[in-house]
Amino acid sequence: MLNIGKIEEGFVLDHIKAGKSMQIYHHLGLDKLDCTVAIIRNAKSNKMGKKDILKVECDINQLDLDVLAFIDHNITVNVIKDGEIVDKKDLFLPKEIKNVIHCKNPRCITSIEQGLPHVFVLADEEKEIYRCKYCEEKYSEIK
Amino acid sequence: MRHLMSPLDFTTEELEQLFTLATDIEHNMPKYANACKGKILATCFYEPSTRTRLSFESAMLNLGGSVIGFSDANSSSASKGESVSDTIRVISCFANICAMRHPKEGAPMVAASKSSIPVINAGDGGHQHPTQTLTDLMTIRSLKGDIKDFTIGLCGDLKFGRTVHSLINALMRYPNINFVFISPPELKVPSYIKEQLKERKIPYKQVISLDEVMPELDFLYMTRVQRERFFNEEDYVRLKDFYILDKNKMENAKKDMLVLHPLPRVNEISVEVDEDPRAAYFKQVQYGVYVRMALILTLLEIEV
Repeated sequence: MLNIGKIEEGFVLDHIKAGKSMQIYHHLGLDKLDCTVAIIRNAKSNKMGKKDILKVECDINQLDLDVLAFIDHNITVNVIKDGEIVDKKDLFLPKEIKNVIHCKNPRCITSIEQGLPHVFVLADEEKEIYRCKYCEEKYSEIK
Repeated sequence: MRHLMSPLDFTTEELEQLFTLATDIEHNMPKYANACKGKILATCFYEPSTRTRLSFESAMLNLGGSVIGFSDANSSSASKGESVSDTIRVISCFANICAMRHPKEGAPMVAASKSSIPVINAGDGGHQHPTQTLTDLMTIRSLKGDIKDFTIGLCGDLKFGRTVHSLINALMRYPNINFVFISPPELKVPSYIKEQLKERKIPYKQVISLDEVMPELDFLYMTRVQRERFFNEEDYVRLKDFYILDKNKMENAKKDMLVLHPLPRVNEISVEVDEDPRAAYFKQVQYGVYVRMALILTLLEIEV
């Protein structure tokens, strides 16, 4: 059994689909923050078989919940203060995400227009389909 | 200020107002001859499209306005690397309304977001071509009286044809329309469109042979089957003649069935069909001018 120390203030992202933690690490920009991060991969889970966990010691406001929800809205977000869980955040699929993913359609205007943000809009909430705001190309890689 | 990016930007009620105006224009052209006097339309065509550009220019000239523009990217600042955002800001200083065609999908939307004048999407890659759809709807409405209670056959390349996808999407909003999709298996209508039809409980069927469904159609919307869409020459040769509309096939059609085509035609409609009173594809071009005139007036908020 691997033991990772408790964190005093920050958040624990639990029930991450096994293998997705590094993707989340990068999308949340954790590599750019000067804080303690523990990445636990392939932990045993009764619910999921295997899961990843991320523990991050930083201000909760630094976490972009929309990005997280886009990647996987089934992740449990535990907010930690004074070493205890003080809150659990629900994740909802964001209506729009900006500059998180890029449109891969070579015919899309985003492929040539300088400074244009890559914007995806939630086209079908039930099927979790995002489409490029400009060319309506479906994005499905992360799901 | 409004723009036109997709045919679905307008509600069916707004489209009805637009078509009513277009019909009034059709019957009272002199009344509108000076409606846009002093106004300038910029046609910003980053790729050649003589037909659409001339239709827009004809529309503006019929309204008494003027036209400026370019007809390919090489004759614009795009060849020097200017962004669409910058171009439209500049064009906004020169013109009152802009029709833009661009090979990149979503380019007119980017232009609209930075523009201080109305922008009309005149075709963006394989994405949208809303004024073609408005033309198609206007033609149906004018020749039939309304847009409801009919069976429309869409024939040819239903997989890649953007005019077909836009038209289906637009027609889904009208009551009691049956769709018949006539195409080779390789060029079937995409599944997401069929899912939308199922969700809305709109009847449709898919067939390979045009002959077998001809008698049940009220409209036949022809498109071109392109050789390059096939995986092998054999399939192309086997199927291409299925979709050539000729006198023989027309004999099985209803007496009042109408044939539409977004044009240009290559050989999918024999020239012998042109003399048939049911051939409506050249009338369709004329309706395209009326509907673009109505659109220009609507977006410029000019009342006559």
